[in-house]
Amino acid sequence: MENKEVLLEVKDLQITFKNGRREFVAVDDVNFEIYRGETFSLVGESGSGKTTIGRAIIRINPTTKGEIIFNGKKINGKIDKKLDREVIQKIQMIFQDPMASLNERAKIDYIISEGLYNFHLYKDEEDRKNKVEDALKEVGLLPEFASRFPHEFSGGQRQRIGIARALIMDPEFVIADEPISALDVSIRAQVLNLLNKLKKEKNLTYLFIAHDLSVVRFISDRIAVIHKGRIVELADSEELFLHPLHPYTKSLLSAVPIPDPQIEKQKKLLVYDPSMHDYSVNKPSWVEILPGHFVYGNEEEIAGYRKEIND
Amino acid sequence: MERQPILSAKDIEITFSMRGKYLKPIRKCSLDLYEGETLAIVGESGSGKSVFTKSFIGMLDNNGSITGGSIMFEGVDIAKYTKESDWLKIRGKKIAMVFQDPMTSLNPLKIIGEQIREVIELHQGIKGEESKQMAIEMLEKVGITDAANRYNQYPHQFSGGMRQRVVIAIAAACFPKILICDEPTTALDVTIQAQILDLIRNLQKEMGMTVIYITHDLGVVANVADRVAVMYAGEIVEVGNAEEIFYDARHPYTWALLSSLPQLGVKGEPLSTIEGTPPNLYQEIKGDAFAPRNTHALRIDFIENPPYFEVTPTHKAKTWLLDPRAPKYEAPHAIQKLRDKMKK
Repeated sequence: MENKEVLLEVKDLQITFKNGRREFVAVDDVNFEIYRGETFSLVGESGSGKTTIGRAIIRINPTTKGEIIFNGKKINGKIDKKLDREVIQKIQMIFQDPMASLNERAKIDYIISEGLYNFHLYKDEEDRKNKVEDALKEVGLLPEFASRFPHEFSGGQRQRIGIARALIMDPEFVIADEPISALDVSIRAQVLNLLNKLKKEKNLTYLFIAHDLSVVRFISDRIAVIHKGRIVELADSEELFLHPLHPYTKSLLSAVPIPDPQIEKQKKLLVYDPSMHDYSVNKPSWVEILPGHFVYGNEEEIAGYRKEIND
Repeated sequence: MERQPILSAKDIEITFSMRGKYLKPIRKCSLDLYEGETLAIVGESGSGKSVFTKSFIGMLDNNGSITGGSIMFEGVDIAKYTKESDWLKIRGKKIAMVFQDPMTSLNPLKIIGEQIREVIELHQGIKGEESKQMAIEMLEKVGITDAANRYNQYPHQFSGGMRQRVVIAIAAACFPKILICDEPTTALDVTIQAQILDLIRNLQKEMGMTVIYITHDLGVVANVADRVAVMYAGEIVEVGNAEEIFYDARHPYTWALLSSLPQLGVKGEPLSTIEGTPPNLYQEIKGDAFAPRNTHALRIDFIENPPYFEVTPTHKAKTWLLDPRAPKYEAPHAIQKLRDKMKK
C-alpha cells in the first residue's frame, strides 16, 4: 500500500449550496486518497453527495473548505489558466443521465470530437474520423452512427456515446458517475470489461460513482460508502463485502438484489435508521480500525465494531 | 395444475412502418398470463419487451400496428381493437401500466392528488369529495405519509422513490386486473428499489392483481417473479418458472444473460459478454435470430428457426440444442456455480 503513488487527494472537503440566505452543507469532512491505476468507488443513495464530490473534482461545483490535490497540484478554488486546461483534459467525466448530457442538435460525430476540436488532438480530418470511428466501435456501437443525432438512440446507446466522448480525450483520471445504471445487463458487462481493459492498457484511474453494490464489487479496488455527505466507511472492496461494520453499509448490502430466486425471496432487508447514533455527548471521528479499513463513529461504536471484528 | 389464463396472446406480430420501410419488432410471440401470478419479461433493450406489452393496452406508436395473431382478454380479442374508445375501456381500467421514469410520467404542472383523482373520475365515474377521499386513501396505500397534505403538492416536491409511489398509486387507483410495470425501479436507488418492489408485491396481494414486470435486471426478477419469459429479437426464446430459468436454463441466450451478471464476475478477469449486436429488424431474419452471436450455434440455426422444445410442462425453450439429434451442451460453468456463489 505504501509504495502506491497518490494521484488524487481530497482533504477535509466541504461543499455548501446557498439558496437565498439558507445554506445547505452537501458534503462535509470528506477525506480520501486515490492511487494511480486503481478504481475507487463512492457508493451511496441519491442525495448523499457522491455526485457533488465528483463534480467538485472536475471543477464544476465550487468548494467551501478543504483541498483537492491532483498530481501534486491543488486544483480547487482559483487556479491559473494553464492548469485549468490541463485539468479539463486529464480528468474526464462520464455523466449520469445520457438523456441530458448530449447536445440534441449536434451529430454524434461532433459530440464525440468536440474535445478533440478544443484541444487539437488530431492530425487531419481523416485522423479525427478514424478516432471517432474507433471510439464508437470500442463502446459497442456501429461506425455509421456518427452521422446520426442523439434522439435516434436509446438511453443505453446514448450512454455509450457519452463514454466514447470521454475516452477519446485520452484522460489520466476518469470520473464515471453511474455510467452503467441505464444499461442492459449484457451491455453492462461489455462496458465494465471495456473500462477494465482501458484501465490496464493506459494505466487509467477511475473514480466510480454508483449505488449498485454488485457492480461496484466487481470493478473496484477500494470502496467508500457515503451517507448524507459524510463517508461512513472505507475499505478494500472484498473486505467491505465480507466484513461490513457500519450499519448503513450493512443495510445497503442487504438491498442488493441477488440473482437466485430461492435466496432472494427469503432475504431480509436491513433498514438503516440514522437516529440510532447518539452523537450529542460523544463526538464521532474517522478511525482506521484495521489497516486500510476506515469507519466513522464515536468511541462507544468503535469499541462495538472492534468487538465485532474479534468475534 | 390447470389454470385458466387471464390474458392469452397468440402468435402476435407487430409491424412498424418507418420511412417507407417495414420492420417487425415482434415476430409471432405467444404468451399466457395466469391470474394472480407475477411474470417477468427479460431481454436486452430493443428485444421488443416493451412493445409487446404495450400492444396489450393499445399504446403502440401511431406508425405501428398488430398485424397478426390474437390477444384474448375476458373473452374478447383485443388485438382487433382499432378505435380509441374501445381501448379506453381496457387501458388504465383493467390493464394499467407503470412506466420506467417517474420524472417524466407525471404532469409537473398539476398537483399529485388531481392526477390520481383524474383517473378515478374518468374510469369509475365517482365525482367530487368522494373521489378526493379515494385518492388520499390510494396515497396512503402506497406508503405516503401525511397523505392529505401531500395531495396538494406538485411532483417536484417529491423524491424519485416517492414519485414512483405516486405513479403506482395512479396505476392501481382503478383496481386493474393486470398491472404492467415497465422497468419500475431502473431509475431508483437499490434501497428504494427494494421498497418499491415490496410495495408492488403487497398491493398485488391485497388487490389480487396479476403483475407483468419488464426488466433487464435479473436480480429484480429473482426477487419478484413466479414465471420468467426471456425475449430476444421479438421472440420469446425461453419461458419457465423462476427456478427453472435460474437453475436449469436451456437456451444459450439465457445462459449468456445469466453469465454476464457482475455478481458472477471474478475480479481481474473479464466478465462474460454477449458479442455482437442484436439483428437488424429491417431485414428478414433467416434461421435462429440469436445464431450469429451464439457460441453454441449449430449449422441448422442459420437455416431454420427452431420450434419450441418442451423441457417440463411449464418450461419450454426455442433452441435446436434441445433437439434429440443435437450434440449435448452443458450450461456454461459460471452458471452452474451460480448457486454456490450466491450463498456466500
